[in-house]
Amino acid sequence: MTTPTPQNPEPSVHIDPYERGWMVAAILMLVVFAIAVAIASYSLGIQLPAPEARVDPNTITTSGPFANPGLRELAPGRYEAYIVAHGQGWYFNPREISVPAGSEVTFYVTSADVQHGFKLEGTNVNMMIIPGQVSTLTRRFDKPGEYHWVCHEYCGTGHAAMYGTLTVTP
Amino acid sequence: MTAISTTTPVVEVTPAARPATYVLSKGEKRFIGLQLLVAVAALSIGSLFGPLQALEFSGLTIGGRDIYALFQPLLASYYQGLTLHGVLNALIWTTFFITGFFNLTVTYGLRRPLAMPKLNWLGFIVMTVGLLTAAVPILLNEASVLYTFYPPLQASWAFYVGLVFVVVGSWIQGYGFYITYYRWRKDNPDVRTPLMAFGSLITMVMWQISTLGIAVEILTQLLPWSLNLLPGVDPQLDRTYFWFTGHPLVYFWLLPAYVSWYAMLPKQAGGKLFSDSLARFSFWMFLVLSTPLGFHHQFTDPGVPTIWKTIHAVLTYAVAFPSLLTAFTVVASLEYAGRQRGGKGLLGWIPKLPWRDVSVTPQILAGVLFIFGGIGGITNASYNINLVVHNTSWVPGHFHLTVASATTLSFMGIAYWLVPHLTHRTLWAPKLALAQAWIWFIGMVIFSNGMHTLGLLGAPRRTPLGIAPYVPANWEPRLLQTAIGGSILFLGAYLFITILVVTVLRKPAPAAAVPEIPEAQSIQDPQLTPQWLDRWAPWLTIAILLIILVYGPNLLYQITNMQNTSPGFRLW
Repeated sequence: MTTPTPQNPEPSVHIDPYERGWMVAAILMLVVFAIAVAIASYSLGIQLPAPEARVDPNTITTSGPFANPGLRELAPGRYEAYIVAHGQGWYFNPREISVPAGSEVTFYVTSADVQHGFKLEGTNVNMMIIPGQVSTLTRRFDKPGEYHWVCHEYCGTGHAAMYGTLTVTP
Repeated sequence: MTAISTTTPVVEVTPAARPATYVLSKGEKRFIGLQLLVAVAALSIGSLFGPLQALEFSGLTIGGRDIYALFQPLLASYYQGLTLHGVLNALIWTTFFITGFFNLTVTYGLRRPLAMPKLNWLGFIVMTVGLLTAAVPILLNEASVLYTFYPPLQASWAFYVGLVFVVVGSWIQGYGFYITYYRWRKDNPDVRTPLMAFGSLITMVMWQISTLGIAVEILTQLLPWSLNLLPGVDPQLDRTYFWFTGHPLVYFWLLPAYVSWYAMLPKQAGGKLFSDSLARFSFWMFLVLSTPLGFHHQFTDPGVPTIWKTIHAVLTYAVAFPSLLTAFTVVASLEYAGRQRGGKGLLGWIPKLPWRDVSVTPQILAGVLFIFGGIGGITNASYNINLVVHNTSWVPGHFHLTVASATTLSFMGIAYWLVPHLTHRTLWAPKLALAQAWIWFIGMVIFSNGMHTLGLLGAPRRTPLGIAPYVPANWEPRLLQTAIGGSILFLGAYLFITILVVTVLRKPAPAAAVPEIPEAQSIQDPQLTPQWLDRWAPWLTIAILLIILVYGPNLLYQITNMQNTSPGFRLW
């Protein structure tokens, strides 16, 4: 390397002041987003699905908790809903469940065959349903009404028909 | 930003002994042109299904029958069409355009022919054989598994073999580029790699690292399983393999557009690249950060612990940084161009840009759409906010702003100079070409806004909503909006194809009328960019270490706990 001269200066990263400002603002923005998300997940408790259990999709309908899917009351106002997604026939079993307003429902959903999705309208309940895995999320329902859950992953030609209904009674 | 020209020292060092230009040989032009031909052919077929999907959304029936009934037995279902649309447009149009374009950027950038052109030919042939091998089962409705091909929906083995060939062929072309670069470097030890070659090489290396995911998925799981050599697969593990490749795939589509935005567009607009060092820094950040963030596509997967999802979410925010940097540098370069052209005041440079240039306008419009693609991307990456949009029509709304706008609309702008350059023609109907870019832009605004809004209302993606029984009334206007936008895009796609076809069929033009390869100079001589921004070893090491660190533990866990319990299903 030759000695730097005005004609031959030392290489360096030249950053324009405007660009430096932009970079700082970009980093600050991303940090603020990260903090907001952290608050939403740890302080407001909006959680993502996490590993729950492994199952054998071939025996799911004959043994274990998914052999008799449906709603179970654990305590007053607290329910578990076991739901199986079927790609052969394109339906959820059960197709309908009903809970009184103010109930907290923990959904346990798995697949008997291919991948499916489970999105409950107007809520943060949104899960991939993957054969061999159990997806779970919990949600409290205060407002009476009918809520559809739809399958949101392609599971064959009848995919568009695949949904279920949660009724929250007054 | 009026201070740009005064605060930036314009320093020139003795230019390295680099030829001022390089004239592509007939054979080189033919080879690049052939790759573009396959790309455009794929786009012409893949785009046929876009309006069908969009019109299906509106619940359109003809004679009381679903529109897909009209196309039987040629097209078995919405999903055969959707598979063709995704595979041909997202995978084939992009990959063949990119390898063809990189043949030009590497050759012209380095001012030398490929070291082993036969190797690149071999790569192209392997890619094409792969395309044909995969096309047969798709056209026979034996592979209607969409372009994500999630098991245990099981395609014909030929589909998986075909995809592997396309990927491996692109790797072989990459090896051809590396050997060429290696020889160039031996001859030019102290010269900064010319930017267009530099960005292309980094993109290829990133692609080769990240495609290991689907290579392992197909070779160890899907292919043996489709050949009945393996009784079942582990769908959760396969999703993890897929998304190891799936997100960097987005950058493989995007970075070639960045190569044009950084290394060509400033020249086309009449200016210079604002910052050579930061352009290079961005490309290195993409190499380092494109791959170790795939779990942000799996936030709602049950089989991935939240700690890894959190880490990948943070890294996804980090990869937004080089794109934000790109936004600044590209806009600053355009501003510099606008001021060179006499633009005054805060925003007066904008109308001074060459909006009548058929190659500049599409690329600027692509960049504008990509701003919204980037905002949506940060939303998707935002951990639990993803619960609102995951697998809703928001997601295809989003990636039509990335792959179908930032990438495709830029490629259209590139094609408008590249195809005339390669074929020694002048572009047919340049005013129509200019209108085509605006048609695409407007169609995309309408379509993408409709899709994003539907997603926020809860509409699932990949669903023929025209026949879904649960569609509430408030989705209907948005479904119609999407249908209108999709139809405009179809018009835009076919105008593009028509313009290229007629251009190629024209009589050869005099050399002076044929566009040259645009290569932007940077305001500061690239030789003043520090050497650490032109060295591979540190960046490659960081990239690989980071992948091992943030993918290694969970991937190892998933592999050692593999449960191959899912037999194949064909539910279409």
